[in-house]
Amino acid sequence: MLKLPIYLDNNATTPLDPRVLDAMIPFFTEVYGNAASRNHPFGWAAEEAVDYAREQIAQLIHCDPKEIIFTSGATESDNLAIKGVFEMYAQKGNHVITATTEHKAVLDTCKHIEKLGGRVTYLPVNEQGLISLEELEAAMTPETILVTIMYGNNETGTIQPIQEIAKIAHKHGALFMTDGTQAVGKIPVDVIADGIDLMAFTAHKMYGPKGVGALYVRRKSPRVKVTAQMDGGGHERGMRSGTLNVPGIVGFGKACELARLEMAQDAERLSKLRDHLEKELLTLEESYVNGSVERRLPHVANISFKYVEGEGLMMGVKDLAVSSGSACTSASLEPSYVLKALGLSDDLAHSSLRFGLSRFTTDEQIEYAIGHVKEAVTKLREMSPLWEMHKEGIDLNSIEWAEH
Amino acid sequence: MAYSDKVIDHYSNPRNVGTLDKSKKTVGTGLVGAPECGDVMRLQIEVDEATNTITDAKFKTFGCGSAIASSSLATEWLKGKTVDEALAIDNMEIVEELALPPVKIHCSVLAEDAIKSAINDYRVKNGLPALELEKSHH
Repeated sequence: MLKLPIYLDNNATTPLDPRVLDAMIPFFTEVYGNAASRNHPFGWAAEEAVDYAREQIAQLIHCDPKEIIFTSGATESDNLAIKGVFEMYAQKGNHVITATTEHKAVLDTCKHIEKLGGRVTYLPVNEQGLISLEELEAAMTPETILVTIMYGNNETGTIQPIQEIAKIAHKHGALFMTDGTQAVGKIPVDVIADGIDLMAFTAHKMYGPKGVGALYVRRKSPRVKVTAQMDGGGHERGMRSGTLNVPGIVGFGKACELARLEMAQDAERLSKLRDHLEKELLTLEESYVNGSVERRLPHVANISFKYVEGEGLMMGVKDLAVSSGSACTSASLEPSYVLKALGLSDDLAHSSLRFGLSRFTTDEQIEYAIGHVKEAVTKLREMSPLWEMHKEGIDLNSIEWAEH
Repeated sequence: MAYSDKVIDHYSNPRNVGTLDKSKKTVGTGLVGAPECGDVMRLQIEVDEATNTITDAKFKTFGCGSAIASSSLATEWLKGKTVDEALAIDNMEIVEELALPPVKIHCSVLAEDAIKSAINDYRVKNGLPALELEKSHH
């Protein structure tokens, strides 16, 4: 029996895998020691569990366990990496390069360092959401200390050419950081092969618990250091103080182990399911895929349905939990900056839905979603003056719309 | 965001969706909003000249549930009203009836603008001067 609503917002967060929960439970009530307590068995047991999780995580991204710094999540990791590098490498330079489609945790952190005297270049993207390697190369200066470009985009799933970006950064003596939040656990991410120096990622996007994330900080060639942004007991090799979230970390470790073992089959199944969803929805007239179809995370589809408004559409697809590129719920009425950066007009950005599939998404759920979305789009278009004008052959750009 | 029952009702069963013949002298059309702002309303009235009464009203709206509900409600209210009564409809009445939250007040303002714009279109078509409308502020 199909249970409604159907959760298809897995880029926002994923459900916890029951196997992850099983691994975590003993660490709430039985093994509750502080991993930093070195003088009794309660602390040793907690530390042992944390070390094991560190190994599980390191195996997934192909790094040394010592290179994992635990944080509260990807936002904190992004902050620590960018601010930490900016402070640590201040003598070398003050220039950071990023892209306009980054997550706010990166963009707003860059804004912050601009206030501190940093200089930031925000690279534009093409209609697929990809940065230009030539533009990156041209933006590099002797003062560039960090290039930070996300692995896979949260709204469109577009995967940037990470290895090529890393090579350009290194050629000019800069560090390369990536926000791997949406990619890690979904596609193979290998920090050695990819040339990554710092990477932010989090448990709750890969069937782990919320409230725990990590920053990968390379220890060899080069040895990367970041200035701590949280002062205290000097945990995590002095880079992030604060008592470790042992149950969370255990869950993160288990989630990484499951991802490593099951990623290939999950990705194959989900990309087929996603492609089916997309193919069916594109049979609706005037519907468009946003982002790159060739270079994309396997579980994401972002589609604009022209002439219907995103929030109205969300209400029409009430049996689905999805996300819209329309920010009509906020007073600003600003549509998604990511979609706008791809060159979408405001009205197309307003008209988009993002579908994020998960390990737990079934064929039956996707079949239902297809019918439900088609019905809602059709109904709303019958109600839409823009659709009527379009059908009459009126060019909407020829109309002088009242500003408001 | 949680929608009120009334918004959900108008969204699910919109009243008076449709199109009147805008070339008719007795029909006034108001088209307000802009696609890039995420809402466009088209509201039409048909007026009985003898009684100055609105005999029919139709709408089509591109927008969120609150925008659709505001225009649907407006068409319900317009039918049977005289043009002067219609002019007196205030957006805050729509806000109250639909229990719109503060971020959705602009939807009601848009509906009021659409009513006034339709009435002005009707007036101009019939040789009457357009009314000075209070500049909307959304």
